[in-house]
Amino acid sequence: MQGHSTYEPKGGFAKWLEDRLPIVGLVHSSAVAYPVPRNLNYFWTFGGILTFMLVAQILTGVVLVMHYTPSASMAFESVEKIMRDVNYGWLLRYLHANGASMFFIAVFIHIFRGMYYGSYKAPREVLWILGVIIYLLMMATAFMGYVLPWGQMSFWGATVITNLFSALPVVGPSIVTWLWGGFSVDDATLKHFFSLHYLLPFMIAGVVGLHIWALHHVGQNNPTGVEVKDIRKDTVPFTPYATMKDAFALVCFLAFFSYFAFFIPNYLGHADNYIKANPLVTPAHIVPEWYFLPFYAILRAIPSKLGGVIAMFGAIAVLFFLPWLDSSKVRSGKYRPLFKQFFWVFVGVCILLGWLGSKPPEGWYVTVSRIATFYYFAHFLIILPLLGRIEKTKPLPASIAESVLGPARDRLPGDPGLAPPAAAAPETRG
Amino acid sequence: MSAQRIKDVTMSIRSTLRGARVAAIIIAIGLGFVSADVDRASAAEQTHPPRQSWSFAGPFGRYDQAQLQRGFKIYREVCASCHALSMVAFRNLADEGGLGYSKEQAETIAAEYQVKDPAPDDKGEFPDRPGRLSDYFPSPFPNEEAARAANGGAYPPDFSTLAKARTYERGFPWFLIDILGQYQENGQDYIHALLGGYEEPPHGATPPKDGLHYNKYFPGHWIAMAKPIQDGQVEYADGTPTTIDQYGKDVAAFMTWAAEPHLMARKQMGIVVMFFLIVFAGLLYFTKKSIWHGLKERTA
Repeated sequence: MQGHSTYEPKGGFAKWLEDRLPIVGLVHSSAVAYPVPRNLNYFWTFGGILTFMLVAQILTGVVLVMHYTPSASMAFESVEKIMRDVNYGWLLRYLHANGASMFFIAVFIHIFRGMYYGSYKAPREVLWILGVIIYLLMMATAFMGYVLPWGQMSFWGATVITNLFSALPVVGPSIVTWLWGGFSVDDATLKHFFSLHYLLPFMIAGVVGLHIWALHHVGQNNPTGVEVKDIRKDTVPFTPYATMKDAFALVCFLAFFSYFAFFIPNYLGHADNYIKANPLVTPAHIVPEWYFLPFYAILRAIPSKLGGVIAMFGAIAVLFFLPWLDSSKVRSGKYRPLFKQFFWVFVGVCILLGWLGSKPPEGWYVTVSRIATFYYFAHFLIILPLLGRIEKTKPLPASIAESVLGPARDRLPGDPGLAPPAAAAPETRG
Repeated sequence: MSAQRIKDVTMSIRSTLRGARVAAIIIAIGLGFVSADVDRASAAEQTHPPRQSWSFAGPFGRYDQAQLQRGFKIYREVCASCHALSMVAFRNLADEGGLGYSKEQAETIAAEYQVKDPAPDDKGEFPDRPGRLSDYFPSPFPNEEAARAANGGAYPPDFSTLAKARTYERGFPWFLIDILGQYQENGQDYIHALLGGYEEPPHGATPPKDGLHYNKYFPGHWIAMAKPIQDGQVEYADGTPTTIDQYGKDVAAFMTWAAEPHLMARKQMGIVVMFFLIVFAGLLYFTKKSIWHGLKERTA
């Protein structure tokens, strides 16, 4: 479904450049003429929102680094200096810290959208796997970023999470020493994490490039899950249709983001992180950032340390196999009455796990965590493989156009209801 | 399996599911009650401080200059003997959106302090001299060990970030309601309640070690800090009541400023940004609508 580039260089330099490096044509074919299924809903705007958030995090981060000191004795004070003395430093830091949470809110919606509409199914398996890799890198980046202010929760969060690796047989303790750069979480650990926190976002950007490449090769899925059959009838050109829709959704998302960053900037953080790291004082509850809580609940649900670590990483690893675990031929949950219900139960279980992760691991919390953990894995390993075999799906529409416009009748080009060709679009729409 | 058999299985699974859905709803409601119970149980560990009204709360919140100055007076006369304010400089006293002192007033205040010069003099010594605008508030103890030694093993926390470093758990569903209510003053409410929370221990309650004091609002109740302030201890020139309740409010407001000196600039910019984004989103919405017009667009 590669979009044909209708780009024709105008003028001498443009022609000269296009003959040597067809970069303008590339941008044109992927961001202007690229055919987009005409029935995409607003859940499809989160890819663009995530790209924006990645760029925003890198930009605010690069400026923060200019004022930050990565050392155990100075980090906390340098962050406070940013908050107090750097011009708009408070704005940069609150945007960066809340931006991480917003990044995760957007990625969760993006992932659940992919799950609901079966966007991981052939031929989009590689696209999905690249997405899971991005998610993993994001988690690593966010975790290390939270360590950098060197508050109490930074320090103790780092201690708990790095200690997990000690559960690995034989190599565990060596890995932990290697991660720490010593025999406890200290200055060397902070410097490791600082370096990697700066590196990983660029690796994310690289994988995002592959993710978009794969997307543009196979084409977008859509709410019906029916492949594009006729580019002219089933799709609209990316610009202006998707660009405008994405822009609107992005600005709405930014309003949500700004509400947090300007009015409740510390709501998503922990009060304990405004206390400087102290290896001799343990906080009453060590809790990771909210976006790790479901995995933290899974970690603590398993009675053995190694088992917990395996379950926690398994909870993400299982996502890699999702394209092959879901046995249904029908992509979209819209036409899968049973799957639809299990999907929402699964969303509920993920939220429940998140809430349990914020609670101390005692009493009935543990019992519920275990049930929810079992269900999380059962969803992938039992329910999805079975559902596809027993479920009676609803009839699919013949095409995307039919799902939007009603049953087909003969249409002529230029009929109302059909998009004008891409190249003409910007001019005619003014 | 025959088609009929598959159909039967599907049907039975469907009816099971319907039952499962009902069960799920019942469990969810049950969980709600249990969690409410648990929240009440944990509330016994830390009594929730009563909510106060703060001038700096909400989207249009502003610092009350007179209150910040009163809070600063309390800090100087009472708290500063044990608590540092190491990240606040004298120049900050004249910053916009804060205490509202003039540069000259801030210089006068700075000069009342003896500060160890951070740079050595020509003899290689670090002499004490009157404070300047660029100096930071001198700390009462040279280091944490000295502070602990002088305070029965407890470390009086630095006031610079303390208002943001204290909180209490709101529990479900309040933590969600707080997003819309913009309740951010957990720390201030706690600090205010703590200062007025000293009382006789309940009959039979004994401190885990000597030198601790009973406080209704401190987590675990036994706090190292003795009752720091009494009614009438700090004089106010502006006729504000000199009660512990008022002192608590004023010093918590001052600590908020110390922890978040750009709060007013942040909230004011937030209003402008939100206004811009909402108007911009409206314009984009109608642009998008006009572009898609005629395509008989239907989402999902």
